Amino acid sequence: MVMQSESNHHDPHSTALVNARLFDPASGLDQKGGMLIVNGKIATFGPEIGQGSVGEATFIDCGGKLLAPGLIDMLVFTGEPGHEHRETLATASRAASAGGVTTIICMPNTDPVIDDVALVDFILRRARDTAQVNVHPMAAMTKGLLGEEMTEIGLLREAGAIAFTNGKHSLANAKMMRNVLAYAKDFGALIIHHLEDPSLAKDGVMNESEVSTRLGLRGIPAAAEAIMLERDVRLVELTGGRYHAGQISCRASLEIIRAAKARGLPVTCGVSINHLTLNQNDIGPYRTFFKLRPPLRSEEDRQAMVDGVASGDIDVIVSAHDPKDADVKRRPFAEASDGAIGLETLLSAALSLHHNGGVDLATLLKAMTANPARLLGLDSGRLAKGAPADLVLIDLETPFVVEPEHLRSRSKNTPFDQARLQGRALMTLVAGRPVYNYADPRGS
Amino acid sequence: MSIAAEATEFSFPHRHLLGIEGLSGHEIVGLLDLAEEAASVSRQVAKKRDDLRGRTLINLFFEDSTRTQSSFELAGKRLGADVMNMSVRTSSVQKGETLIDTAVTLNAMRPDILVVRHHAAGAVELLAQKVDCSVINAGDGSHEHPTQALLDALTIRRHKGRIAGLIVAICGDILHSRVARSNILLLNTLGARVRVIAPSTLLGAGIERLGVEVHRSMRQGLDGADIVMMLRLQRERMTSSLVPSQREYFHFFGLDYDKLACAKPDALIMHPGPMNRGVEIDSNVADDARSVIREQVEMGVAVRMAVLQALARHLPNQ
Repeated sequence: MVMQSESNHHDPHSTALVNARLFDPASGLDQKGGMLIVNGKIATFGPEIGQGSVGEATFIDCGGKLLAPGLIDMLVFTGEPGHEHRETLATASRAASAGGVTTIICMPNTDPVIDDVALVDFILRRARDTAQVNVHPMAAMTKGLLGEEMTEIGLLREAGAIAFTNGKHSLANAKMMRNVLAYAKDFGALIIHHLEDPSLAKDGVMNESEVSTRLGLRGIPAAAEAIMLERDVRLVELTGGRYHAGQISCRASLEIIRAAKARGLPVTCGVSINHLTLNQNDIGPYRTFFKLRPPLRSEEDRQAMVDGVASGDIDVIVSAHDPKDADVKRRPFAEASDGAIGLETLLSAALSLHHNGGVDLATLLKAMTANPARLLGLDSGRLAKGAPADLVLIDLETPFVVEPEHLRSRSKNTPFDQARLQGRALMTLVAGRPVYNYADPRGS
Repeated sequence: MSIAAEATEFSFPHRHLLGIEGLSGHEIVGLLDLAEEAASVSRQVAKKRDDLRGRTLINLFFEDSTRTQSSFELAGKRLGADVMNMSVRTSSVQKGETLIDTAVTLNAMRPDILVVRHHAAGAVELLAQKVDCSVINAGDGSHEHPTQALLDALTIRRHKGRIAGLIVAICGDILHSRVARSNILLLNTLGARVRVIAPSTLLGAGIERLGVEVHRSMRQGLDGADIVMMLRLQRERMTSSLVPSQREYFHFFGLDYDKLACAKPDALIMHPGPMNRGVEIDSNVADDARSVIREQVEMGVAVRMAVLQALARHLPNQ
């Protein structure tokens, strides 16, 4: 069991984690041992680090649980600035820490849109002052996300924008997309795109299928995603720009990604935890917490997504955390907002794929640690000497029921309401400092 | 007497000057030598020569231009020609006449030389096929601007004594620049090492196949450069999202003292004009002692006199 020990000479700059199962998906490390953290960085780790060897450091007994790099969530919407009643950077970060997420990448579709150097600076300052976990803002790649004028990608990148995106809108104008990819390439900037041909997806509210026909809901065909992705791949081929499909949701997209990678193009993709664990049938009697963008697809598509993660063709798993208040969710399905929260359930829901044999544990965690770190150029996401001590202690086994009222997110729109999940974050550390402790959630 | 009298060795067998492409190194050097003499003539009190006495030169500008048009006008007048400026606004082009009809109409007036600027690449060559007189390309779209490249070369040669072996960095909107194309052709012909520096959106496909070293960073591209040649950035490049804003462009691609420090200490600063101070070039850098921007204008007249003299040997109506 986890416990925090008092040491005789308390040194705030030095912490030892002992009696852990060290698990690093990047290197394949999986062995019993301990870790010494000095000044927020991993000083050393291995089987030789035990309670007797840590001197005057504060030590934490990990009870044999799995100690892994903290998760990096590449797709998080918050409401700050503009919609603080849904989520602030502070509440999102508290939700993140409870889910073992130590770094969140924020979407720019706030009010105002993050499309200016001063606003990137605002997010970084607010995060520094209020957030428990690392926060990196993405910036809009077109001004106001309107798809008409390119943003100052070079200056925004210098200001700290970690990637560029058009939010929940696809950039329909192919020439603009070409310019953005070509221009961003000069600055080494990653373009993260939402995939949805606007004319095909117009008025659609769920996956186009027999289910949408039965429910009498307008459908969004999987082709709306595949067409946009195929176009983007051609533009990547033309420009050489680094491109990441934020979320894919269907088999057709996976095939396009595989083909692009086989051609050696700088194309990567993500999938949301929702599209790995849920399908369109979960909508059942018009449950709006299952209304997502991209929409939940067929079971066959879901299985393809799991296969894609297992094979490594899908690089990243995201929560697609999208807090929405009851006012915009408690509506007829077609009129309700889309989106689901996910920061706190990302890890537990992902572990279901480990438990049911869909994806091995290292591959699963790699898609939430080392892979996003590599795409974003972060030095976290792995257990390595000198790396930031952003860590999560994971209990793989204990089952629990998701109770929305216990979630820390300011909005409660979780599709995992009352879900039985197995395994969770016991403790989360950011730069060596515990920011979440399951045994004592109020204490940290 | 003719100032070309001494340069009898120089042969220039062309009827038109449509571009740098097709000119030999020998012909280019010959034109520069002629221009050198014209430059000294232009500094005398008596600038008037008689090479083109009795001849008619028409400036036909489909695009607005102040400096190139007046430069050709002065060059023609100093050589004794009658010069007429055709303003497009008052011409029949506004009434829907095609380029070829305009050319045929002008041709019927028996001019000896047409100086043409047009917004469409290849338009000047098309016009040249339809007239009996000599045609000089004063800029066709994003294609060529041969007299600009010649005046740039003359300015460089006067300061550095040579062209061969110099590192010349051409910076900015390469994609849309006729100045860049003509300069790349000329400088390569004379043995310079040409670099282009621009964001990917302003480079153009396959630019490296034109015999240039491609850079997307000013600091790298300017490293050790003998010549820094800036290009004008049109405002339209922002509205069409090839670059996001003036301030970002200046930050990364504008010539300031910081970036200029990467070039050789005695690097020349050049600009074909008109300049956007604060967009592609810092105002103080534009006025720096190393800036030869005003001398480029002076050499413009000299080079255009040289071109007119060279073409005078093959004029019609004789």
